[in-house]
Amino acid sequence: MKVLVPVKRVIDYNVKVRVKADGSGVDLANVKMSMNPFDEIAVEEAIRLKEAGKAEEVVAVSIGVKQAQETLRTALAMGADRAILVVAADDVHTDIEPLAVAKILAKVVEEEQPGLVLAGKQAIDNDMNATGQMLSALLGWSQATFASDVDIEGDSAKVTREVDGGLQTISVKMPTIVTVDLRLNEPRYASLPNIMKAKKKPLDEKTAADYGVDVTPRLEIVKTDEPEARQAGEIVPDVDTLVAKLKEKGVV
Amino acid sequence: MHFALTEEQQMIADTTRAFVENELYPHEAEIERSGHLPMELIRELQAKAMAAGLYAANMPEAVGGAGLDSLSWLLYEKELGRANYALHWTCVARPSNILLAGTDEQKEKYLFPCIRGETWDCLAMTEPGAGSDLRGMKATARFDGGDFVLNGTKHFISHADIADFAIVFMATGEEETPRGPKKLITAFFVDKGTPGFTVRDGYRNVSHRGYTNSVLDFDDCRLPKSAVLGEVHKGFQVANDWLGATRLQVAATCLGRADRALSHAIAYAAERRQFGQQIGKFQGVSFKLADMAMELKAANLLTWDAAWKFDQGTVTEADMSMAKLKATEVLAMIADEAIQIHGGMGLMDELPLERIWRDARVERIWEGTSEIQRHIISRELLRAVGG
Ligand SMILES: Cc1cc2nc3c(=O)[nH]c(=O)nc-3n(C[C@H](O)[C@H](O)[C@H](O)COP(=O)(O)OP(=O)(O)OC[C@H]3O[C@@H](n4cnc5c(N)ncnc54)[C@H](O)[C@@H]3O)c2cc1C
Ligand SMILES: Cc1cc2nc3c(=O)[nH]c(=O)nc-3n(C[C@H](O)[C@H](O)[C@H](O)COP(=O)(O)OP(=O)(O)OC[C@H]3O[C@@H](n4cnc5c(N)ncnc54)[C@H](O)[C@@H]3O)c2cc1C
Repeated sequence: MKVLVPVKRVIDYNVKVRVKADGSGVDLANVKMSMNPFDEIAVEEAIRLKEAGKAEEVVAVSIGVKQAQETLRTALAMGADRAILVVAADDVHTDIEPLAVAKILAKVVEEEQPGLVLAGKQAIDNDMNATGQMLSALLGWSQATFASDVDIEGDSAKVTREVDGGLQTISVKMPTIVTVDLRLNEPRYASLPNIMKAKKKPLDEKTAADYGVDVTPRLEIVKTDEPEARQAGEIVPDVDTLVAKLKEKGVV
Repeated sequence: MHFALTEEQQMIADTTRAFVENELYPHEAEIERSGHLPMELIRELQAKAMAAGLYAANMPEAVGGAGLDSLSWLLYEKELGRANYALHWTCVARPSNILLAGTDEQKEKYLFPCIRGETWDCLAMTEPGAGSDLRGMKATARFDGGDFVLNGTKHFISHADIADFAIVFMATGEEETPRGPKKLITAFFVDKGTPGFTVRDGYRNVSHRGYTNSVLDFDDCRLPKSAVLGEVHKGFQVANDWLGATRLQVAATCLGRADRALSHAIAYAAERRQFGQQIGKFQGVSFKLADMAMELKAANLLTWDAAWKFDQGTVTEADMSMAKLKATEVLAMIADEAIQIHGGMGLMDELPLERIWRDARVERIWEGTSEIQRHIISRELLRAVGG
């Protein structure tokens, strides 16, 4: 079985995000970028499937700017076998929308014929949480989202999902699309020898046009705001005052 | 000329940084408190470092290392250098390069077990009466019926307590030089447990808690000729050939800690408010940050420059001395100013600053004092004009 893992280049989760002066989005110029943390978990899971003998090949794919090549190298250094870069934008500030990404991925799936697509449940930059689901609809494949456990048994997969009320275990037919949640695994460090080897692994470069997908944005960003600064707290003398204040503010 | 890191170099730095922050930082406070590194912890972290290919990554690929170019190696050293020294030195050990100078048999016995994490090395040159002036050393190895007999004392020897063997430099003769008589020196492998060789606790010191030093006593310690590393009387040549870059290693580890201290200072200046505003808005604070960042950048560039030249074979002694001198002095300045910017909080062990400040002190002394580095740099300048 071949596993396809889409990985997105996003602003590093440690970076303190700044909004651009014109409010059109987040400033990404000269900011540290990394692999979307959920995608790292997906790469890790794919490598574990390979190590367990359940997958033969792990292919990472990234859609975005040319610099996403660095993200793919990280996937290769973690242990993916090869990578596909689909260049779909020139400006680092251009975000390719989920539907366009899903359409391109559907074409990649057609070409690569994987038995499983392991994706992050969402990207931490725009929190869309849509690509995996859209891909499933486009391909007519089954889907299992928010996975915290994945067990592949022949032509079906048992997936534990993190749902609001707790955990839900479902069985889906292969081939399938699994989107992974935080608790699925702890991604490994890209080891030094693998970093050195990653350079020699194949990385194919394509463009969105090669797949005939129009990536023109459909969504209009009206405004981007900084989160509201936290107000200074207030120390109250006793519980009664606390309850009174909360009632006054209408929160209890 | 171009100054960008390659993708691999950036990844090496990132992965080492992630390891240091996730696996080493959580243990720092306890080691600072106890001054002791428990063996179970060492084993646990060693295993993780090996899984990440970080253990002994300074070594060539052919012997089980990562086969890094010098710049990549120093980026790795810089990230490791952020953490408590005992932790990174013991749990992510970098065996001495000088072990590569051994014969095949010596490599089998000493180098490979170090790379596999089964043993640790230590290196003994300094004596109570001979520090900077190593060619004035008193400890001797006398040739006797095909063997060598070692006598004398070495002190300040780092991690000799945990080491399984020592590489020891001994006087084996004397030669006349224009600057008076100088000792001829030979390097030996000495196993722990060899009769006549004892290791006792050294001194408690202000820097690098948990990173011990010992006193080594040699009392008619008899070694076979096969214990010689390199050639008889050529100990200094072996050291010069294989230990030259350790100055850059010191520089790089200092750059890591300086960067850590500077990051704390920047974050605090943006967050701490006094007199109704962020203290970073006072030029008394912000100009300090500007100088710290500029000096750190200069120190980084001197180190990367020397690293690059090292691989081109064009590095000079002065290049390496400048890198070591600048990085160690910049670390001292940055640690001190970072504390100043934190006010009283900077001195408290809740933050790593007080210890970065203490740890900075030894860096201007070991691997050649700042004065010796200035001597090396100026000698190169003057020799060029016949001085
Ligand atoms: C914690 C620690 C760990 C160490 N680990 C090791 C180890 O593992 N192995 C090892 O062999 N050694 C080790 N050393 C020894 C270290 O390398 C020496 O301390 C260093 O070389 C300086 O020697 P010294 O302390 O004897 O000082 P000295 O050489 O006595 O110097 C005293 C002062 O005189 C100055 N001075 C000396 N000569 C000159 C000159 N020609 N021109 C101008 N000024 C001069 C020095 O700069 C210094 O300021 C360690 C030291 C410390 C503190
Ligand atoms: C060991 C110890 C014992 C102490 N004992 C006592 C005690 O017994 N009683 C007591 O009351 N206090 C005590 N103190 C507190 C001490 O007086 C304060 O630490 C000191 O006044 C500095 O205040 P701070 O630490 O809050 O730093 P901050 O005032 O927050 O200063 C942080 C940084 O901002 C700079 N800064 C602040 N304002 C300006 C400005 N306007 N322009 C330029 N730079 C500025 C400072 O110089 C410093 O570099 C003690 C402190 C220590 C460390």
